[in-house]
Amino acid sequence: MKVLKLIFKNSFRHKLRTFLTILGIGVAVMAFGLLRTVVNAFGSGVRASSADRLVTRDAVTFINPLPLSYFNQIKQVPGVKQVTYMNWFGGTYIDQSHFFARYAVDPNTFFSVYPEYEIGKKAFAEFQSQPNSCIVGSALAQRYNFKAGDVITINGDIYPGTWEFQVAGIYKPEFKSTDAMSMFLNWNYLNEEVKQTFPGRADEVGWYVEQIANGANPGEVSKEIDALFANSPAETKTESERQFQQGFLASAGAIISAMNYVSFVIVGIIMLVLANTMIMSARERTREYAVLKAIGFSGRHLVGMILGESLLVSLLGGILGIFLTYPLVNSFASFSNFLGAELSVQSITLITAFTAVVFVGIAAAIFPIQRAMNTRIADGIRFVG
Amino acid sequence: MANLIEIKEVSKIYRRDSIETPVLTGINLSVGNGEFLALMGPSGSGKTTLLNLIAGIDKPTGGEIIVGGTDIARLSESALAKWRSSNIGFIFQFYNLIPVLTAYENVELPLLLTKLSKQERKQHVEAALNIVGLAERMNYYPKQLSGGQEQRVAIARAIVTDPLILIADEPTGDLDKNSAEEIMTLMQRLNSEFKKTIVLVTHDAHTASRAKTLRHLEKGDLLPADGQAA
Repeated sequence: MKVLKLIFKNSFRHKLRTFLTILGIGVAVMAFGLLRTVVNAFGSGVRASSADRLVTRDAVTFINPLPLSYFNQIKQVPGVKQVTYMNWFGGTYIDQSHFFARYAVDPNTFFSVYPEYEIGKKAFAEFQSQPNSCIVGSALAQRYNFKAGDVITINGDIYPGTWEFQVAGIYKPEFKSTDAMSMFLNWNYLNEEVKQTFPGRADEVGWYVEQIANGANPGEVSKEIDALFANSPAETKTESERQFQQGFLASAGAIISAMNYVSFVIVGIIMLVLANTMIMSARERTREYAVLKAIGFSGRHLVGMILGESLLVSLLGGILGIFLTYPLVNSFASFSNFLGAELSVQSITLITAFTAVVFVGIAAAIFPIQRAMNTRIADGIRFVG
Repeated sequence: MANLIEIKEVSKIYRRDSIETPVLTGINLSVGNGEFLALMGPSGSGKTTLLNLIAGIDKPTGGEIIVGGTDIARLSESALAKWRSSNIGFIFQFYNLIPVLTAYENVELPLLLTKLSKQERKQHVEAALNIVGLAERMNYYPKQLSGGQEQRVAIARAIVTDPLILIADEPTGDLDKNSAEEIMTLMQRLNSEFKKTIVLVTHDAHTASRAKTLRHLEKGDLLPADGQAA
């Protein structure tokens, strides 16, 4: 206990320096936490994807639509239990900064294929019967205070014009990883409108989603679906929902990689900040360490003291940073509407941040320990820092 | 008086790169149990080096150093650290107290290496601080004490484990005349009343005169008591 007391007292010998070091580590850990949270949010679609769903899209590019007529053909493929289809609607709500995902979905099949979007019977019935209705996620509703009956105005880009959708209900995510920030429009309504304004784009869907039957082989089912449309003007590529999401993510791959690198560069910065403090402390205490060795303290004791001090400072900085990460992420989420996804600090981010500060605490102590161990007692006692 | 310290043909050469600097050559010295020996000599004569060898914080290049029957030159670093903790009490010129610890905590430091209970440590620390006359200032930090008081705390730290030998390197070198007198009086008391064997290094003749035995070092040689080179 006495040695712990000495570690604590040594750590706060230079209060301002220690405070600034803790603050520096805290800010760096906070930045690390934000970056990891954003990187994790990119991958949320992949994590939320279901193992029993396949996605069929145009073989050349995701942007090319597929004919609506494929729907009945895909339904007949052995192993396919249910099929639904959807389009990316796009558009702008208020302005570009208020981004969230907007999909036109088949009102009859979508919520059966995606049971994790939990919706009440009344809202579902209204969504099916009211052409210009929409369903919004609970997090999205909370953010914009949307209620059933509210009208949401979207300025279209892919589908030009001013679109007004009435909220039929709010869906709740079944799992924590389920997206709660999306808006689902009635595909039939969109299609009817397109028939009048852009007849050439009618009866086109962005992609199909198939729920496969229990025991069906996803690979076999994918092959059979794609074989149906081989050598047609719109060949398809069918893959698991996870692969589809990963492919979608690949378009932002460079940004994600950069954020990954930067987040680990931050760990390096934390290490340099702490190492600098520890090296200064150890140098100032060269004579004290020599005296301790002279009166019988062993190398093990010195290692414990220096390592303990380094870990104490790094952990205090880490804890501060972790606590600051929450308000920073919340603040970032409130003004950025990042990807339309709900940003939340994941436990893996906390574990990684904690592991990083422990690693940094150990690494920053190595040089001071080496110095304290290698300095001869006689030289240390004469040392003038 | 039985010899507590036996130094036989001890030499010490410092090596830096390819340069060898002999500091001590063929030193022979015996120090009896309960002795109070002062080593004097000009700068570079090797007196601190000899003191460090006796204290086990440096190793000789040749020869034997037997303290209390143990050839300390043959001990490993960890064994030497353990040996020092129970046999040697150090008193340094600049006191070398830990500034973030109180006088009590500084004196208690060597006892943390023992198996004594907290209560037993308290008894030892209070006894040591009583001997040096600073029991009432046990909760003071070093910066709240005068130089003489700091040195007395350092002496309390040196005697708290009841070591065989007290090693003092210029213990009055940083003190004013009155404080130096007080410290030397205290050291004489430790020698006469508590039978501590003391080896002291100083360049001050007045300080050295308080010891029972005085030996001179010159250019790495120990001069005999009559001042002639051995």
